[in-house]
Amino acid sequence: MTAATVSGPAVSAASAARRRRRIPYLLLLPGMAWLLLFFFLPLAQLVVTSLEEGSLEAGFNFAWAWDNYGALFTTYRGQFLRSLVFAGIATLLSLLIGYPLAYAIAFRTGRYKPLFLVLLLMPFLVPFLLRTLAWRIILADEGLVVTTLQSIGILGSSGRVLATPMAVVAGLTYNLMPFMVLPIYVALEKMDKALLEASADLYGSPFVSFWKVTWPLSLPGVISGTLLTFIPAAGDYVEVELLGNPQSAMVGNVIESKFLNVIDYPAAAALSVGLMVVVVFLVVFYVRRVGTEELVT
Amino acid sequence: MRGSRFRWLLPTYLGLGLAYLFMPVLLVIMFSFNDLRGRFNVRWQGFTFDHWLDPFRVPAIPRALGPSLTIAFLSALVSTVLGTLIALALVRYRFRGKAATNVSLFMPMATPEVVMGSSLLALFVAVQAATGFVTILIAHILFNISYAVATVRARIAGYERDLEEAAMDLYADEWQTFRRVTLPMIMPGVFAAFLLGFALSFDDFVISNFTAGSVQTFPLYVWGAARRGIPPQVNVWGTVVFLVTVTVMLLYLRWQRRSALKRA
Repeated sequence: MTAATVSGPAVSAASAARRRRRIPYLLLLPGMAWLLLFFFLPLAQLVVTSLEEGSLEAGFNFAWAWDNYGALFTTYRGQFLRSLVFAGIATLLSLLIGYPLAYAIAFRTGRYKPLFLVLLLMPFLVPFLLRTLAWRIILADEGLVVTTLQSIGILGSSGRVLATPMAVVAGLTYNLMPFMVLPIYVALEKMDKALLEASADLYGSPFVSFWKVTWPLSLPGVISGTLLTFIPAAGDYVEVELLGNPQSAMVGNVIESKFLNVIDYPAAAALSVGLMVVVVFLVVFYVRRVGTEELVT
Repeated sequence: MRGSRFRWLLPTYLGLGLAYLFMPVLLVIMFSFNDLRGRFNVRWQGFTFDHWLDPFRVPAIPRALGPSLTIAFLSALVSTVLGTLIALALVRYRFRGKAATNVSLFMPMATPEVVMGSSLLALFVAVQAATGFVTILIAHILFNISYAVATVRARIAGYERDLEEAAMDLYADEWQTFRRVTLPMIMPGVFAAFLLGFALSFDDFVISNFTAGSVQTFPLYVWGAARRGIPPQVNVWGTVVFLVTVTVMLLYLRWQRRSALKRA
């Protein structure tokens, strides 16, 4: 800086411009370095680990062991598919339950809108594991939900909900609800309400107005909500552990137990990479659809 | 929709939806008052204040709250600083690699926690770093950064550049402009990012499970206790956490509304 001041205004202006160009990169540097070191590097290491072979006693060595990925389609195919199916059902249920909620808050709460948004988020300030454990009480064998389902014949007289896939999906649906409702709410909120009036003026019935105006405009919210629900659901292992049974194990349960209990790093890493590949596909689809500018908002 | 006979439908649905969302909350609070006999706190057996009067009875709980609060505070602090800098770069400057930066920031948000946790563990194993307090902290800072960027960014995008330009016209240098003009304007966003980071870190179970080693945070304690039966003191502390965070959230919203009114 002192050098620039003595060399005259032209040079100083040029160096100031150069300095200005450098500023965004300096601002990005610490945070992005953290991301590089502790997000992208670990993912690379995960791929490396997934190609190792060996045992805990003998040590693991890199060996291009592609066989580890075979388990994805043989031994653990059930858990892998179950993850996708459970996550798919939970996402669909979240959309069915959550869309009308977002719609009601966006269009029917008037000046109490902030209050309802707070109410929507409040339950999720209870610690996650306690929230999930509470579903054990709700879905318990002699609980209200089970007895009601039994009395209307949906469930047999000895039927249960707890320790079945139903409980897992119920837990996933509940815990991921805000990730579905909020993006849809944001999309609906941004909508120009005059469009609905225009549609009504043109004798569009409420149903037609919804289908031709509201739904298409809320689609970006629906897509991001779907993504933000499906991905965590597909990787979850807490719901199975707390609400399900070993037969309903998802891929997350296998990854967890192989990494932390069985200590078979390569096999666990291969499953993890497999899950990540599915996620990357979904994100690429999403980015192409919505663009990059609105990603982190 | 005007004058429709079904106008009552949506408000009713909203009420039912909120009841559904609040049901587990009420149960967590209710069972902190359960006069329980046996180990599993899942059946109502009568009302008692005992657990509230003796919240430290299970010493593992306050022991686990210590690291939880420390990590939540430190990770929120660091991630807020890093995230604010990134948000400033993204909103105020045009530069090459912006799209790649956006995607890089989105990836951690879109990655399943189990993948993030296991990849960090794979790295720590590979470099033979012992897992513990520091590795949890590293992980929590990481997953908080993207949320911090999103939160601060929403705030910066809404403010007027005019004031900054005015300051620069009055010969304030970039640092002075930042300190005296920019920072006060984006402060509510920075503060919100800190609160969000604190909450996310405090409540994280999955990633901590992979990176904690033998350190026990509050969620890790609850996870371990779930197999043996959760002592009702956990519900007491869960209720306290809930009430504190709700209070902080409401205070924040009030403060923000006031400062919005003052500006208007």
